[in-house]
Amino acid sequence: MTGRILGIAGPTVAVDLPGLRLYDLVQVGESRLIGEAVRLEPGRAILQVYEDTRGLAVGEPAVSLGRPLTVQLGPGLLSGMYDGLQRPLERLARLTGPFIATGASPSPLDPELRCRFTSERKPGDVVRTGDCLGELHEGRFRHPVLAQVSGTIAAIAQGEVNPAQGVGLMADGSGIAACTVWPVRHPRPCLKKLSPTLPLVTGQRAIDFLFPMARGGTAIFPGGFGTGKTILEQNIAKFASVDVVVYVGCGERGNEMAELLEEFAGLSDPWSNRPLMERTVVIANTSNMPVAAREASIYTAVAMAEYYRDLGCHVLLLADSISRWAEALREISASLEEMPGEESYPTYLSSRLAAFFERAGTVRTLNGRTGSLSMILSVSPPGGDFTEPVTQACLRTAGAFFMLDTSLAHRRHFPAINWFQSYSLYTADMVRHFSGEVSGEWGELRGRCQDLLQREETLREVAEIVGVEGLQDADRLLMRLAERIREEFLCQNAYGDDAFSPPERTVALIRELVERYDAALARLKEGALPDELPSTEAG
Amino acid sequence: MRLSEHIYKTVASIRGPLLFAERIARARIGEVVRIACPGGDTVEGEILKIEGETVLIQVFGETRGLSLGASVVFTDQVKKAPLSEEAIGRIFDGSFTPIDGAPMYAAKRWGAITGAPINPTSRARPEEFIETGITSIDLLNTLVKGQKLPIFSCAGLPAKEMAAAILRNARLSAGGSFVTVFVALGLPHHEFSFYMDVLAGMQGNFVAFINRAGEPVMGRLLAPRLGLAVAEYLAFTHGMDVLVLITDMTNYCDALREVSTAREELPGRRGYPGYMYSDLASLYERAGRIKGVAGSVTMLPVVTMPEDDVTHPIPDLTGYITEGQIVLSRELHRRGIFPPVDVLPCLSRLMQRGIGAGRTREDHRAIADTLYKLYAKGRDLRRLEAIVGREGMAEGDRALLDFAEQMEHELVHQGDERRAIAESLDKGAALAAKFAGRGT
Ligand SMILES: Nc1ncnc2c1ncn2[C@@H]1O[C@H](COP(=O)(O)OP(=O)(O)OP(=O)(O)O)[C@@H](O)[C@H]1O
Ligand SMILES: [Mg+2]
Repeated sequence: MTGRILGIAGPTVAVDLPGLRLYDLVQVGESRLIGEAVRLEPGRAILQVYEDTRGLAVGEPAVSLGRPLTVQLGPGLLSGMYDGLQRPLERLARLTGPFIATGASPSPLDPELRCRFTSERKPGDVVRTGDCLGELHEGRFRHPVLAQVSGTIAAIAQGEVNPAQGVGLMADGSGIAACTVWPVRHPRPCLKKLSPTLPLVTGQRAIDFLFPMARGGTAIFPGGFGTGKTILEQNIAKFASVDVVVYVGCGERGNEMAELLEEFAGLSDPWSNRPLMERTVVIANTSNMPVAAREASIYTAVAMAEYYRDLGCHVLLLADSISRWAEALREISASLEEMPGEESYPTYLSSRLAAFFERAGTVRTLNGRTGSLSMILSVSPPGGDFTEPVTQACLRTAGAFFMLDTSLAHRRHFPAINWFQSYSLYTADMVRHFSGEVSGEWGELRGRCQDLLQREETLREVAEIVGVEGLQDADRLLMRLAERIREEFLCQNAYGDDAFSPPERTVALIRELVERYDAALARLKEGALPDELPSTEAG
Repeated sequence: MRLSEHIYKTVASIRGPLLFAERIARARIGEVVRIACPGGDTVEGEILKIEGETVLIQVFGETRGLSLGASVVFTDQVKKAPLSEEAIGRIFDGSFTPIDGAPMYAAKRWGAITGAPINPTSRARPEEFIETGITSIDLLNTLVKGQKLPIFSCAGLPAKEMAAAILRNARLSAGGSFVTVFVALGLPHHEFSFYMDVLAGMQGNFVAFINRAGEPVMGRLLAPRLGLAVAEYLAFTHGMDVLVLITDMTNYCDALREVSTAREELPGRRGYPGYMYSDLASLYERAGRIKGVAGSVTMLPVVTMPEDDVTHPIPDLTGYITEGQIVLSRELHRRGIFPPVDVLPCLSRLMQRGIGAGRTREDHRAIADTLYKLYAKGRDLRRLEAIVGREGMAEGDRALLDFAEQMEHELVHQGDERRAIAESLDKGAALAAKFAGRGT
């Protein structure tokens, strides 16, 4: 089908393509930009175009691709960096130079890639659609190749193959494709959803110990600018106890994406000791890339994440920041002249977000394995004000909330997670797990820690008025200890050796601090002045 | 593609800086048009929106005198900037017309003014130190090549004197060809003459784009893009390190709001358009370095915070895009400190990589951390001092109060003096040493 461009306004383009279905992809203009049909009207369709439309002219051709936005899934995804439409950025740079040009779209999966294929099947075997024909090896991951049609196998490869060429032939002449193509806006199906029971260790004490995250769970952390969202996302990407990490830089800085690639290249996964990039996929839509692709980027990412979940992996999707996605949605909605809701966001913002969160979870996959997809998303509330629509919509669905506090960040307390306002709905299950697997005292120490911090807060208010010197010795001791909990336990410098704290170390650290406090308090009761107390000679 | 220019006399309406023309065939989005009035004046414009045969044109120049009888010439080209290293030493207005009396040069190349995003995989990490000569930046919030670091100011604070100091003093301590692109938006007359004097003293090592307060607001939206197109050209074609200083982004955003309102778009927070984040990012993100290519674009935008409010959309969105911020303080200014930089809320996120042995000096991190820690404590104690009085405070606490005072007067305050990094480091180390062991 070929039509013409009727009108253009920013990223939205009107075309006269009859027969389009909603969300079909369309190529527009001489420069063949890709767009997606977002509204159908008699005689015209409205597209949201994923690339800069500058230079596009009315009357130029529009061609339907007859399919929605899809991703290619298969070996070779890992360790790559893609844009929001799954264009491989490294190969794109080799093709078009250091500046991104419009219209170029190299194939997402490396067409030169070679990997091992093992199969139990042989020519002559009769198979049905969905049967597993064999497995492609990508490092320690096994990608099943499924029959796309029922019939008899005519030829099937064994050993080293080039997945782009397929792995065999059916008797009806159709090829056996090695890779899967999946429409990104469709959740991949599973047999059933299970409730999350296992922890997702992040290596961040403030999270693992106080507000633990579950595999298959969802968490958000809102925070104003400079509160440490990106550093926290990146730290979690480095240290999380999962098999695969999909990291989406959604509408953020180009320098950060470059830094992530460079830094990750030299690191290894602390759990498997394999190079970190072997478990990482990066999606980058920087803030100066087109907004429509930003809107699509989180779907591209989640489809990839679901794919690895279906291989039986524990997958973590990190997005920095979901607010930029919401703003892209708002921009597109405005250019479609839709009726605006709160703060001009479209009224479907919260249902879209909820549907996105719904794609997280621990599942029994179609072939009976267990996999999980967890999400940890940062939120960038305007002016650092959490009453805004995106934070509020996220709060309604997310299972954990780590509140990043601007005043903590200003005092260089990082990660700036506020220990009073944050919460995790997974706490009870995770504490039970840590108590069983790591230390029997986990739950009790957690309670002590929270109690000490709470009492410090009350005392601090008093000290503001009378000065620390005006407090009783026992109270000064508590303040001193709570300060150490904050500075030595809750703070973790991302640039030092302490950036990753495995659960054993986490619990040992807090145990030591609490024991010290108990001992000092006992000495104080006996009438001695413990070393922990600074002298109070006032001038 | 049309092969020639087309002329239409079908202007249907004019509204502020916007003009609607009808019965236009094959218009191109972003296409440059020239609008000629019957009187003889010609202004430029750009196509913003096309709906069938009706196009919406944003006029760059003066709209006064335009009439429905104007003829519109469609050029089939998007807006481009004339690029050449001959731009160095020249002063232009917001539409690239020279205002320094010399004739326009012949372009070596024409480049689209919007630029294209740098592929993140091609970006090189910013990590080379730029010396601004200001201690509170160089020592405590170091600027590196390829960074974007805004200055958050308030109305009435000496941001322009600080900008001037940077224009005069910034250089690469490691050497190399360095040039400043200066972009001024909505400049009132007294500031205009001030900056012209500053430029006159710079021995031609600049390119300036100046949009004055009385000139069309569209020039405020164009000038930064022209400046950045030139900066990218000098950086990535000629291997120069380019510092782009833009003042004042608040005028830019107000122009954006004005045009958006004229377009009857839905207003966002405080009336600024919902796409302001993306729009600002399309400027700020042009800072950077490229792997395997010499040169860099570094950006220092000045933002005047309306109502001194850092949560106002302009500083807020800026902070979300840039890599740190330098914050000026009314209180320090009142106390005669220049530049009045409040180092506590300041941050250079890329400092870590730009300092240390081989870049500045190996003790840089340690000195900066010590100063920062002591100063933060001292500032905290000022609140206590206000309640209990200095006499009621412990000896160590009083030392910290003194430290904060001296840090402001001796380190942050520097008047007209330019300090090389070694000098800043020495001064900082001396101050820290003086108080070593005295604060609790
Ligand atoms: N864990 C940490 N250890 C040390 N420093 C940190 C840590 N987290 C954050 N920082 C400091 O805070 C700065 C800002 O962090 P980051 O870039 O993650 O903020 P952000 O919330 O992502 O900001 P924005 O919303 O503007 O993107 C960093 O450059 C670093 O100096
Ligand atoms: Mg960030």
